[in-house]
Amino acid sequence: MPDVVVIGAGAVGAACAYYAARAGLDVVVVDRGPVAGGTTGAGEGNVLVSDKEPGPELDLALLSNGLWRDLAERDGFEFEPKGGLVVAESAGVLDALVGLAGKQGVEHVVVDPAGLADYEPYLTKDLAGGVFYPQDAQVQPMLAAARLIQRGAERYGQGTLMLRTGVTVTGFVRDGDRVAGVTTDRGDILAGAVVNAAGTWGGEVAALAGVHVPVLPRRGFILVTEPMREPPVRHKVYTAAYVTNVASDSEGLETSAVVEATASGPVLIGASRERVGFDRTTSIPVLERLARQAVELFPVLAGRRVIRTYCGFRPYCPDHLPVIGEDPRAPGLHHACGHEGAGIGLAPATGHLIAQTLTGARPDLDLRPFRPDRFEKERP
Amino acid sequence: MSPEYDLVVIGAGPAGVAGALSAALAGVNVALVDGAARPGGQYFRHLPEGFHPGRPGALHHGLDRFTRQWEALRERATLLLGHRVWAVERDEQGVSVRCLEGDREERPRTVTGRRLLLATGAHDRPLPFPGWDLPGVLTAGGAQALLKGNLVVAGRRVVVAGTGPFLLPVAAGLAEAGADVRGVFEANGRLGLARHPLLAAGKAGEAAGYAVSLARHRVPYHGRQAVIEAHGEGGLTHVTVARLDRHWRPVSTRTVECDTLAYGYGFVPQLELPVQLGCATRRDADGGPVVAVDAGQRTSVPGVYAAGESTGVGGAVLAEVEGRIAGRTAAADLGRRVGPLPALLRRRERLSAFARALLTAYPVRPGWQRWLREDTLVCRCEEVPLSGVREARELGATDARSIKLLARPGMGWCQGRMCGYAVACLAGENVSAPRRPIAQPIRLGDLAALTRSPLEG
Repeated sequence: MPDVVVIGAGAVGAACAYYAARAGLDVVVVDRGPVAGGTTGAGEGNVLVSDKEPGPELDLALLSNGLWRDLAERDGFEFEPKGGLVVAESAGVLDALVGLAGKQGVEHVVVDPAGLADYEPYLTKDLAGGVFYPQDAQVQPMLAAARLIQRGAERYGQGTLMLRTGVTVTGFVRDGDRVAGVTTDRGDILAGAVVNAAGTWGGEVAALAGVHVPVLPRRGFILVTEPMREPPVRHKVYTAAYVTNVASDSEGLETSAVVEATASGPVLIGASRERVGFDRTTSIPVLERLARQAVELFPVLAGRRVIRTYCGFRPYCPDHLPVIGEDPRAPGLHHACGHEGAGIGLAPATGHLIAQTLTGARPDLDLRPFRPDRFEKERP
Repeated sequence: MSPEYDLVVIGAGPAGVAGALSAALAGVNVALVDGAARPGGQYFRHLPEGFHPGRPGALHHGLDRFTRQWEALRERATLLLGHRVWAVERDEQGVSVRCLEGDREERPRTVTGRRLLLATGAHDRPLPFPGWDLPGVLTAGGAQALLKGNLVVAGRRVVVAGTGPFLLPVAAGLAEAGADVRGVFEANGRLGLARHPLLAAGKAGEAAGYAVSLARHRVPYHGRQAVIEAHGEGGLTHVTVARLDRHWRPVSTRTVECDTLAYGYGFVPQLELPVQLGCATRRDADGGPVVAVDAGQRTSVPGVYAAGESTGVGGAVLAEVEGRIAGRTAAADLGRRVGPLPALLRRRERLSAFARALLTAYPVRPGWQRWLREDTLVCRCEEVPLSGVREARELGATDARSIKLLARPGMGWCQGRMCGYAVACLAGENVSAPRRPIAQPIRLGDLAALTRSPLEG
């Protein structure tokens, strides 16, 4: 019998499993699909500190940033500590960016308009300046999730960390009030504790245990260009509007330019946010806006071709914070979901903190802002 | 804004041209769109300007008829050649067909119609094997295109391999054009089809014609043999031919010298546009996805019709019949008077039964996976070897999509058109209908200016 069952083999589930195994627990990871088949497989692999307002999420991001660097010592998932450049279209926006950077207390460099070309020679000249964040990084998210599980198994023993794909959780085994395992379409798995790392589907998993955790999908499209030998984009580059969009509560479509190259050659272009449920229908107007914003930022991209596009569903909670920790309404059930668009970046810290709650250790961060039962008051 | 045309037809092959002509003859205002500079689709394409078949024979089968239909269509419809479709959308008014017009100086153009006929055809289905990326190794369709483009094949030493009846016209055509065809290697049993009663009813004559042609040129035709490896430094010099057991596992091998290999293991229907519109698909006799249509060639999406290989691979004659039915159904749905269909429907029934029999008689058997080595490229665009696919599976990728996410097969220029079938087989699953919301590469500048395009106002 394992100590822990982790539901979900995305980046967050993989990190929970890895750190739990490292803490000496026996772990089984189950996923109804393959490894990294959900939102992890539809993301850009952002490891960002730059886009967070000061507060609990920034603390989580900074903890995670350091953990990613430790994990990347044995690479294998294209970790690129290339830094992020946030650019401002006007002097007013630049002032706001510089103000935010000062409040964050994160390592940063304020870049004047003339200095932008030193960071990004192909960037449009029509900008008021920007802020460079050297700690921002990127990983290949699918490989990162898969490698964390693989390495956890290799380092801490195959019996210690097992991955079972194609297993759908259908309910929970209870021992009195306590959650004591999961029921699945392949039989029951008894365990000392269960971690809900089901991402955008985390609310459904919580409901199986009779608890309310409001995780909803926020759709995003990404454009992928043809591979380029020397991509004209060196860092992760995005406009200030991205920061406000991330924190926005709007139902409607919001887009902001987020442009970056990948290790395998293509340039990725985001980011759009819409609340349309789990609708995968391609929206050409959204693609058009993403293309226009990217070309405005990097005019040289106008002649490059887009060869594919895909969409994914960010798991968001009403207050835009993830849900991390044991659920007092269902003891034994720990949640690690609702990371919205930051799940890759926040995965190691989430896994590390969950391992601490699983072993009864004092968590490195105050988990109260991430409490699973914090939405009880808002229930209809 | 009301649509420009009553009916937009995508694809200028046998199905699209017949469909467009049938609708136009019934008084429908039709636009026909195709990415190539010339009509013909995969089957009749690449004919030189002013080409007229001088003699009846295998290569020119049906060409005369197609040419007459094309000439008739010229006077009755708007023909938009050189328009590559990258997306289709639908709203209450009808459909918007997003194209890229022109070659180097391509520009976006949108064609709108009240209804849409998809006749997007099929492309070659190659299987990977060691050496398949050597210069001199062509798909059977590629070899046919070379031939029809009047390229010099005389004197070349050619091996034809794969499975299916399409190998016969390819080999016969190459031999007629003066190539030294060293042999045709059919991976399934060569008698498999002859035993099928439908052959006698259907196309015995045509098959016999190819057989006579191959015999005249002394081209040996071998059953249950396959090319399992191609060799050469910088260019093809010889191939390894294996005798196969019934699962296609190699039993014994020998070497055949050649400088050209034309090979193919059937065809993959092009489904990205129907999938974009949300058309329902079904499994064909070989397990692959095709567009589901009703008796009038209507898809599950209102106002959208499909005909030809995208509704099931069955060859040019069946495609033409389906196109005619679709064109007339569309005309009737648009309120035009059209003649009765029963004879056409009976013909389609007979031809599609034959097509299903062919798919069943020429399956792809799993033993081909044993022809691969660890370093054999599965995806040529992204240079992913078999070992990369294996590693992805060990990491927890259990389906073709997650193999692609972890190891990148299908992420490159061709977007999995070449390797998609093989990767699905290696993942142990049936091929699923491709999701390609961008069906053709489009420049970011063009995508960015889509609704600002002067053509759209």
